[in-house]
Amino acid sequence: MIGQLMNLKETELCLGLPGGAETLDTPAKFAVGNKRGFSETVDLMLNLQSNKEGAIDLNNSTGSKQKTLLKDPVKPPAKTQVVGWPPVRNYRKNIMTNHKTSGAEEASSEKAGNGGGGATGAALVKVSMDGAPYLRKVDLKMYKSYQDLSDALAKMFSSFTMGNYGAQGMIDFMNETKLMDLLNSSEYVPSYEDKDGDWMLVGDVPWEMFVESCKRLRIMKGSEAIGLAPRAMEKYSKNRS
Amino acid sequence: MSEDDEDQSPATDLRSRNKSRNCISSSSSQTFPDHVLENVLENVLQFLDSRCDRNAASLVCKLWWKVEGLTRSEVFIGNCYALSPARLTQRFKRVRSLLLKGKPRFADFNLMPADWGANFAPWVSTMAKAYPWLEKVDLKRMFVTDDDLALLAESFPGFKELILVCCEGFGTSGIAVVANKCRKLKVLDLIESDVTDDEVDWVSCFPEDVTCLESLAFDCVEAPINFKALEGLVGRSPLLRKLRLNRFVSLEEVHRLLLLGAPQLTSLGTGSFSRGDQSQQEPPDYVAAFRACKSVVCLSGFRELMPEYLPAILPVCANLTSLNFSYANISPDMFKPIIHNCHKLQIFWALDSICDEGLQAVAATCKELRELRIFPFDPREDTEGPVSELGLQAISEGCRKLESLLYFCQHMTNAALIAMSHNCPELTVFRLCIMGRLRPDHVTGKAMDEGFGAIVKNCKKLTRLAVSGLLTDQAFRYMGEYGKLIRTLSVAFAGDSDMALRHVLEGCPRLQKLEIRDSPFGDVALRSGMHRYYNMRFVWMSACRLTMGCCKDVARAMPNLVVEVIGSDDDDVNRDYVETLYMYRSLDGPRKDAPQFVTIL
Repeated sequence: MIGQLMNLKETELCLGLPGGAETLDTPAKFAVGNKRGFSETVDLMLNLQSNKEGAIDLNNSTGSKQKTLLKDPVKPPAKTQVVGWPPVRNYRKNIMTNHKTSGAEEASSEKAGNGGGGATGAALVKVSMDGAPYLRKVDLKMYKSYQDLSDALAKMFSSFTMGNYGAQGMIDFMNETKLMDLLNSSEYVPSYEDKDGDWMLVGDVPWEMFVESCKRLRIMKGSEAIGLAPRAMEKYSKNRS
Repeated sequence: MSEDDEDQSPATDLRSRNKSRNCISSSSSQTFPDHVLENVLENVLQFLDSRCDRNAASLVCKLWWKVEGLTRSEVFIGNCYALSPARLTQRFKRVRSLLLKGKPRFADFNLMPADWGANFAPWVSTMAKAYPWLEKVDLKRMFVTDDDLALLAESFPGFKELILVCCEGFGTSGIAVVANKCRKLKVLDLIESDVTDDEVDWVSCFPEDVTCLESLAFDCVEAPINFKALEGLVGRSPLLRKLRLNRFVSLEEVHRLLLLGAPQLTSLGTGSFSRGDQSQQEPPDYVAAFRACKSVVCLSGFRELMPEYLPAILPVCANLTSLNFSYANISPDMFKPIIHNCHKLQIFWALDSICDEGLQAVAATCKELRELRIFPFDPREDTEGPVSELGLQAISEGCRKLESLLYFCQHMTNAALIAMSHNCPELTVFRLCIMGRLRPDHVTGKAMDEGFGAIVKNCKKLTRLAVSGLLTDQAFRYMGEYGKLIRTLSVAFAGDSDMALRHVLEGCPRLQKLEIRDSPFGDVALRSGMHRYYNMRFVWMSACRLTMGCCKDVARAMPNLVVEVIGSDDDDVNRDYVETLYMYRSLDGPRKDAPQFVTIL
């Protein structure tokens, strides 16, 4: 019965929205659902902060050692939630407060940095390769040049290439004929999705610019990449002039 | 579980060296060539399985130390920073199985910033060269990357078992590589780990022919899976005994899987336990599917339970020894008809939504109960708790064989704890979390000292204790006086003064793991334990009253102790205050991968 009551309350509120903080003067004792909204907000903020600064000092401010025995039946207004108390693992908390939505999951896995940077400061991008059964992730900030990246990718996907990719390395955009040869062959070429959502061939912009704008990498067969090349050259010449 | 660690403290190393000196001069190695003796020893020592026995054998003399090092195939490392991977491979030459633990437990509760460490990378890269025959890796609270998993999959052709508990840093792409390359894989268990969704169909990555899979657990993977591929996988895994599905597997899909492989399964994680396709008029016969599960003794899952389908599990209840309802919000009325049939139950996990009434039902039926864990549905301090001392009292009266308890509640009384201490003499693990901080006995208004005191006094086998509620130094005096077997102690918001911690440090000779938060223990207390720290795995103290000066003193006095101070140092007005202290013995000095927010003294 209590459980069902809680569920009803859940559907009434907008879960997880920080702005949805309840007023504290509602008769808070039994309206469990209402309170949850607020404390989840606080919890979320605390979690974010604790990632940056370590354990929060809230402990000190609220943990005033009241040794006087509290016998009042009415609980004092909700204490600010203390970090990590009660000691229930995030994993379990997330499961319980999030059944179908994915809001809380993102909060808990934000440090995994899916799709490019964020809180961690890394430039994590997904790398897929046509024909390979799985994606990998790379942190672009770990490499200093296209050659570095090329070597790493070659190693990562070595078991899936025909063995040609590693030898050539990145395409030399300066040499248009060489480029067309490469694209016509069955060799694999790396392409990337930039900030504008366009798919470009890797290697057309200076390395730093590439790291900034690359959101996702895809290693495709050379023959499929032909459609990209003219656009890539266009963008490149635009950048140059 | 409660055996000594592989890593020996420097003190015992010294002892062993002295012993070996004495041994060599009078041993019979003068009459037989060493290699013959070695062979004999090898053949004998290979039968030693227990860690304790092996540790003891290795202290006999140098020869035994060496031969034991050659024959130990399973290595347990309780703290990954207690030694370097190189030391592992130097001492043990033929390791086939590694159990490695990383972060301290309080990291689970956001008390430690991310990126603290416990990286698996140096371990896997060292072992890749040293142990190509490695078969099993079991990690807890380690940071494992996809690259680590790829290296593992590539380096160990005979790899059989991967178990990742409370780990993070990897995603489904790493799992895919393992599934694809480890052709002899028997066990792939992902338990309570944070697995990123890389949008990879890892289930399809298993090899196409018959697999060796015996156990597949992915209930913690928060990503949809290719069900058709899973069906195919189950169909071609004749040895599969344990299958734990994630919440993206619906009840209909579980039904189909059970049709395939129900009779062989011993352990089933039921996924969401809700209907995926509501449009169907006629739901499949779930009861029949569960009736076919003649061997199932362990049941879990129920991640998004539709309560009206819960009775489908009734056919298996009589066989169950382990039942995990801790992700399902089940009311007492739903619960009682089910538990009524579970006479053989030994392990039971649930949410407090079953209420005291549900616990009474457990007490009435589950006479074989060994382990009980009650988690809070609503883990906050100021709510009305559905479970209380009434439930605990009932359990103590009904389940006399209880060995392990984890209980979250809002209210508790000393009387209930005292009763339990008398009724359940087999208790080895007692973890009570009264969620309201500093809450006294809600009937008498007194501190919880007497209750916990009775537990440590009467439960003579107690090895693990977690305390809560209002506690004075007296409680700790009891712990020090009676808690002679305690190895792990968790303290939060408790005690009055340094004396409390002193009682424990001076009185508990077996103490290995000490984790304390938000308690008024300071420098005097810390210093009082210096005779113990080399014999402990770790000490964690956060938000206590330690000063930097004292921690530095300890670090200076104990060179084989790594003293980490964790916390922000940029805006601390009082730089002498230590937010978090984490210290542990180490044979190889301070680690080199400490992040910026960690200061090693």
